Amino acid sequence: MDDRYIKIPSGCGLSGIMSKNGGLFSGEKIIISICNMKERGNGLGSGFASYGIYPEFKNYWCFHIMYNEERAINITENYLKEKFKIIHSEPIPTKKLNTLSFIPLLYRYFLDFKEEFIENGISEEDFIIKVVMFINRNIENSFVFSSGKNMGIFKGVGEPDEIAEFYRIYDYKGYIWVSHNRFPTNTVGWWGGAHPFGILDWSVVHNGEISSYGINRRYLENFGYFCTLFTDTEVITYLFDLLHRKHGHNFEIIGNILASPFWFQIERVEDEDYRKFLKILRIIYGPCLINGPFSIIVANSEYMIGMTDRIKLRPLVYGEDEEFYYISSEEAAIRIVSKEIKKTINAEAGKPVIFKVKWQK
Amino acid sequence: MAKVKRISEFFVDRDESKCIRCQACVRMCSNDVHIYDEEGDLIRSDDLKCVGCHFCEEICPTGAITIRRNQSEIKENYHWKKEYVYDIIKQAETGGVILTGMGCDKLYKNYFDHILLNASQVTNPSIDPLREPMELKTFIGKKPDKVEYNIENGKISLKTEIPPQLELETPIIFTAMSFGSISLNALKSLAIAAKNFGTYWNTGEGGLPEELYPYADRCIVQVASGRFGVNIDYLERAAAIEIKIGQGAKPGIGGHLPGEKVSEEISRTRMIPESTDALSPAPHHDIYSIEDLKQLIFALKEATQYKKPVGVKIAAVHNVAPIASGIVRAGADYVAIDGIRGGTGAAPKVIRDNVGIPIEIAIAVVDTRLREEGIRNKASIIAAGGFRKSSDVIKAIALGADAVYIGTAALISLGCHLCQKCYTGKCNWGIATQDPYLTKRLNPEIGAKRAYNLLRAWSLEIKEMLGGMGINSIESLRGNREQLRGIDLSDMELKYLGIKHVGEAW
Repeated sequence: MDDRYIKIPSGCGLSGIMSKNGGLFSGEKIIISICNMKERGNGLGSGFASYGIYPEFKNYWCFHIMYNEERAINITENYLKEKFKIIHSEPIPTKKLNTLSFIPLLYRYFLDFKEEFIENGISEEDFIIKVVMFINRNIENSFVFSSGKNMGIFKGVGEPDEIAEFYRIYDYKGYIWVSHNRFPTNTVGWWGGAHPFGILDWSVVHNGEISSYGINRRYLENFGYFCTLFTDTEVITYLFDLLHRKHGHNFEIIGNILASPFWFQIERVEDEDYRKFLKILRIIYGPCLINGPFSIIVANSEYMIGMTDRIKLRPLVYGEDEEFYYISSEEAAIRIVSKEIKKTINAEAGKPVIFKVKWQK
Repeated sequence: MAKVKRISEFFVDRDESKCIRCQACVRMCSNDVHIYDEEGDLIRSDDLKCVGCHFCEEICPTGAITIRRNQSEIKENYHWKKEYVYDIIKQAETGGVILTGMGCDKLYKNYFDHILLNASQVTNPSIDPLREPMELKTFIGKKPDKVEYNIENGKISLKTEIPPQLELETPIIFTAMSFGSISLNALKSLAIAAKNFGTYWNTGEGGLPEELYPYADRCIVQVASGRFGVNIDYLERAAAIEIKIGQGAKPGIGGHLPGEKVSEEISRTRMIPESTDALSPAPHHDIYSIEDLKQLIFALKEATQYKKPVGVKIAAVHNVAPIASGIVRAGADYVAIDGIRGGTGAAPKVIRDNVGIPIEIAIAVVDTRLREEGIRNKASIIAAGGFRKSSDVIKAIALGADAVYIGTAALISLGCHLCQKCYTGKCNWGIATQDPYLTKRLNPEIGAKRAYNLLRAWSLEIKEMLGGMGINSIESLRGNREQLRGIDLSDMELKYLGIKHVGEAW
């Protein structure tokens, strides 16, 4: 069986750094941070997501695609040409490393819509999701692992320092960096299984195992999201897209959905309207509740959000200094990149930590 | 040919050295099995009348009585079971349809016994329900696609109006059993237990007896083909209304409460003359197709001003998934599905044992179908039919049911020993009878305590199983078939159940 069809529960390390005013900074900082938590991974997966890295192409959708064999390149590119104008395409720059065992072919494409793209009035974003799902489900050995604007995901099977060096992460400059160090409880040689997982400009890194995966996945099918990658992180990404982009909820409210308060906590809420709101939220979004241990960092082009499950079975700390916001699995990963940070705070169970970029005028 | 002498199913084994001739058994047995012989100061037994309900065994103060199966054997073989031979003998004598009570007892595959649950190890901590919150709260009713609201100055004002919901503290409801098929004391026991526990009970099609008005707010009232006891007061008192189309024990056929059971009280509750037969037609004669059902659903909603859920109960038949989908599209707030093991007070044996499909498969195909159509949130699914233990309940929920109905299990908690003779009206336990001499044996307060205990015990067990899976809320298990694995099932069975085989990882 193809490795990509195995869902792998895993323990992991997470780190995210956001520049408060949207100023770009090199990937070196995040590499140092994630590499300080090597203990949390086992060399079977690592990755980085960065926002603001393609300023010259910032208005185009950027696809990062991995191919397991040459043949898939042609098929996929023909399909892309059919759907888009390809503004620019190139292999993703990498550095040869002897320590990495298997390396897929890695390409990036900057895409613009053709005039006639709109099918029955669906939005640009829905169209992108449709295309990404089509490629990932139907074109063998071809996998889109990043599909946002002015952002990119870089990931693979290896230790974080290896993956960083392989993709030359230190050469990029972004205003949000998110990274992941993976400890899957099963060996897997498929690069697509590494984190971050992304769709549109969402990127998600995740530490945990979702016991409610079976129902979260089936709930999303009700809304046209088909999970095909058999990684539980995928459902988190789609849930964020559905709840934020489509249903219009802010991240506090999404926190109340994905890690809903317990019924006894809802009953204690004094404000009657708010109590009723929380109750209705839970009745309607019950199948979205993410059950089981998790801590996640989710980013899009404006936000970096950290969150844990409602009984906090995985660690998450956050903090800030003059210039940056930090979210991480461990305090050590923050302190090593910020000597001046005064204190770090342990995230409250189920309560999202929300950081937003304040653009420099 | 000489008349065939019937052979009794049971015999009474009386230990003479223990029997003190108190004659409690003689006085109590509604089937007149025990006879006191004054001359010899002996108690004799007419074994042919014994139904195997074990009431005498339970009340005998010295433990002198043991009810055993009759060991007299005919030359039974795999094809010709004893039961079939004696059924033919009975039919040769009477020329009638063979009646029976309770659910199908034949050897069809029991899928619950072929499904195994998951638990956490290492990668995911299991949760101890004695130390951590573990939530079973369940809502039955239509759920909108999303929540809409305005936020002004941090204050949220809801735009979404949520349709009426039933709020359950545990996903278990007492199923429809009518006043008539069971006694008022039995019904009252369940009503009190449901109210105290925070779940619901169901009137069945026999109307709502006045004595149970205090429990009406936790009651689902049925509107069945006979329309017994249906009036605006009945609809308004209830928590929810259920249109009964069919029942798992007898899909496609109606019901018949014989006139001798229609006492003054039943006559008043059902709004029919005393001592007349209460006939429920096979179909509703105003529902010959799905659009007729839609009219009835909305007539009931109009009558009750859209204040309570209106559900529809059907038997699980071959076409159950499309039928359920039609029912949801017709506006029902929940669909109750009753599988082939579903119980009854009286049904023709040939129907009970041969018509319908198992509830496990029915839940799976209905849940899948509604999801494929994107309408799963438009209605809840209540599964019924033969739930024997808490693991059956949790498996049904993981397959996709929102809640389950229990009937037989609830009656067993009140004393029932499954003798399957409910249709005779002679229930020694005071459950399936209207004879005041028998019904007073069931004290509704004690009955309520026992039925409550059953709900409590099963709920605790469900919490233990959930915690083991690392899940602390039932809604994260509902429809979560990843937590199930099939054992000893064919590819086809796994496909319809929508589960993987044991050994297969995520």
